[in-house]
Amino acid sequence: MPHDQDATASAPQLVGSFLERRREQIAQRWADASLFRSVFTVSRDEAVEASKAVVDALSDVAVSGRLEDTTAPGYEPVREQLGRMTQNRARAGATPAGIADEVAALRTPTVDLLREEFADPTAPQAQECVLTLTLLLGTLRLVVLETALDAGAEMIERQRQQLLEVATPVIKLWEHTVAVPLIGTLDSARSQVVMESLLEAIVEQRARYAILDITGVPTVDSLVAQHLMKTVAAARLMGAECIVSGIRPAIAQTIVQLGIDLGSVLTRASLADALAYALSRQGIEVSRAQTGTNAR
Amino acid sequence: MNEPVPVHPAPVPVLALGDILLVSLQGELHDGLAEQLQQDLSHRIATTGVSGVVIDISGVDIVDSFLGRVLAEIASTARLLAARTVLAGMRPAVAITLVELGLVLPGLTTALDVDRAMEVLSQRGR
Repeated sequence: MPHDQDATASAPQLVGSFLERRREQIAQRWADASLFRSVFTVSRDEAVEASKAVVDALSDVAVSGRLEDTTAPGYEPVREQLGRMTQNRARAGATPAGIADEVAALRTPTVDLLREEFADPTAPQAQECVLTLTLLLGTLRLVVLETALDAGAEMIERQRQQLLEVATPVIKLWEHTVAVPLIGTLDSARSQVVMESLLEAIVEQRARYAILDITGVPTVDSLVAQHLMKTVAAARLMGAECIVSGIRPAIAQTIVQLGIDLGSVLTRASLADALAYALSRQGIEVSRAQTGTNAR
Repeated sequence: MNEPVPVHPAPVPVLALGDILLVSLQGELHDGLAEQLQQDLSHRIATTGVSGVVIDISGVDIVDSFLGRVLAEIASTARLLAARTVLAGMRPAVAITLVELGLVLPGLTTALDVDRAMEVLSQRGR
């Protein structure tokens, strides 16, 4: 293809029109790059279409001259698509750096095509155009990374919320006896949720005894102890007696060494002990059925 | 403005149920009301010789340090007059607020509702 560009046109303009003209060829080459190929596994046409959309966006941005601006309006039409692609790659196990590399891999085929445009690839104008295109693709890389990080943060937030909901069930162990098996680290947000759901359960079940089982809590520091004591105090205000169970020997030692006073809290070694205590306080006796009395 | 002055001025009704006095707090308790309630209650405990007082706060949305102190004082006064006080019907939200404020009402016996409070008093009275 002969070099028929207007010699006075600026490099971004030239690159913009190049992208527009060679859209089909670039898209075909990109569709074979690992970024598009691994996302659009069903059909190659789909990958070509997606590539075209990105080429169009880049051409828009080039013409607008905002080469290094990741917020350029030209990216808006493809932002969602890029988001879906990065999410897809991330789910497949690609790291953000890996995704960035895949975007960078789009440069070589594009630059090669651009060089072919010029009769003399070493001419200053050609060099400038290659530089512009490189800059543009660098910005695309940033845009892709940005969407990838956004999607990651969104996912973490969603999972945190789910964890919060899942990790605090209140179980009815017996009539008027409820238990909360605490699993994982107890921070203030979680202890708030635990407290709320426990108090609701106390009202609902008309519970006299509430057992907080901390078998699944890995460490107890002064902050966690404070949260526990708050929960115990709140349960007491609701007229229920609170028992903390599942204190492992190592944790008991830590509590003593930290000088945390749990004296006002009723404790038992295991959930079974706590339940036995609650039952006996309610005058319920659990005994082995006598073998002889098992009448047919 | 005329203040209604009944024979026994008791803006917070105090009901006698056998051996127990029942107070049901509704809404906000102003300083004047609180003082009147304290006087009224101690008078009633002394004259009737009841063994227990149940304070129902299921109709109370906010318990602040003032109300907390009033409740603790009522309990202490009742104890001096040989009556036990049980606080009944605290809402979960109120309990959480109190705990966050560090007001855990240490001297007070608590119960889920009035029914349970009566139970507690009859058990301890035995």
